Amino acid sequence: MSLSRRKLITTGLAAAAGVAGLAAADRIAKAYGLIPPDGDGIYGPGETLTYATQRLLTRHSMAREFPRSMISEKPFGNELAPPIEAFKKHQAAGFKDWTLSVDGMVAHPTVFSLADLRSLPTKSQITEVVCEEGWSYVAEWIGAPLHHVLDEVGVAPQARYVVYRSIEKDWWESIDMADAAHPQTFLTMGMNNGELPVQFGGPLRLRVPRQLGYKSVKFITQLTVTDSMKKFGKGLGSASPEAGYAWYAGI
Amino acid sequence: MAASPTITNISVSRTEAGAPPRHSLLVRVTHWLTTIAFLALLVTGLEIVISHPRFYWGETGNSGTTPWLNLHIPASRDTVPTGYGYTMPDQNGWSRYLHFEAAWLLVITALIYGVGSLLNGHFRRDLVPAPGQRSWSAIRAVFARYLRRAPDIEGAHTYNVVQRLSYLGVVFVLFPFIIWTGLALSPGFNAAFPWFVNVLGGRQSARTLHFLDTIALTLFFLVHVAMVALTGFWTRTRAMITGDTRSKEGR
Repeated sequence: MSLSRRKLITTGLAAAAGVAGLAAADRIAKAYGLIPPDGDGIYGPGETLTYATQRLLTRHSMAREFPRSMISEKPFGNELAPPIEAFKKHQAAGFKDWTLSVDGMVAHPTVFSLADLRSLPTKSQITEVVCEEGWSYVAEWIGAPLHHVLDEVGVAPQARYVVYRSIEKDWWESIDMADAAHPQTFLTMGMNNGELPVQFGGPLRLRVPRQLGYKSVKFITQLTVTDSMKKFGKGLGSASPEAGYAWYAGI
Repeated sequence: MAASPTITNISVSRTEAGAPPRHSLLVRVTHWLTTIAFLALLVTGLEIVISHPRFYWGETGNSGTTPWLNLHIPASRDTVPTGYGYTMPDQNGWSRYLHFEAAWLLVITALIYGVGSLLNGHFRRDLVPAPGQRSWSAIRAVFARYLRRAPDIEGAHTYNVVQRLSYLGVVFVLFPFIIWTGLALSPGFNAAFPWFVNVLGGRQSARTLHFLDTIALTLFFLVHVAMVALTGFWTRTRAMITGDTRSKEGR
């Protein structure tokens, strides 16, 4: 009996230490921005563990790049909803008036034309598009690294997220500054040595190769820099969690 | 954590005086945590698979390429040709949230079980075949007894050689490999540790191996439950919950 009491006390103390440890971990995670915008609710602990681990271990790592010989002969463009009228007008005009407006917590809110973006230092990467459904393909992506645009507009030091919107209704996402400043995060305008086809997000797609395909939103028209996702939509970070999908898709 | 004192109490009060519990507290707690994680991962994993019920080898694969394995079942998305004129209910959102949360439960449980079993000698004492069991004839004898449906007198206190080898395979091969192939599917993790997916032959190979390992684990699960049912479902299940060594045969 005394043995069981001792065991009981030890277990009780361990449990108390565990609870105190969890509370401390929660405070540290909040202070260092390790909790994702959709980190509440029953799936919050799993999402927070995943996002915090990725940010602690893989913040600066580079997505795998492939040799030219591995570019998929048959890239898969996924299904698209019928485009809205505004998009069809742009498409008929050859996208010459397409613009990207950058606003929010920036020193100089700016509207970029596609020509402005092309005049920035452009780069190319051969990376894989990975869909949450399970399929994938490799393609070459050509564009302006997002951090060049962010440097131009002057991001406030307290900024934490970049929100990006498609011309298509209710299609918006956000990424943290670690992904926004990442050298492989491209405002993509070209694919496989040609213009970026509409099927693949042309004329402008934000490619985030360290996350699943649904974070690479097509037909981008607006970037908003912010320190909190509370004011956007339902405050969960993007349209994905509002539709039941995780905000952080680097898994 | 808070549940531990209760379980300790039950094991002390219900086990015959002096007799050690059939399964240690560590084994009992981690067994059921693993069961919960496994079932959650299995159900949500199948839900994720039906969004693209085809498998490929190599780095890439999609609806435009030829699959190695086509499950020929209806899919939950219309991005994949199945030959059926309809789609299944799409539950990918919460399935993915729960899949990754349950994966954390599995990984943390595995760490506790692995470290604890190294420290307390569980692997050496209970899982590595005992000196008298290390022969083909010992293995044949177990199967012969299974086929005769002869009562297993010592089975209430120790594992036979077939059990030991099965559990070693599950603990040291199937579970580590399911975690490995799962991590190899994370684009963020791949960026930091590219060899993790490269040595498997690429992303689609990792996904296919993850699926094949799921089948292996599911077969183990079914045979395991069938054996428990054949040898006395409630006695064996009670032994895994309370540690009670009493059995109908023993009284």
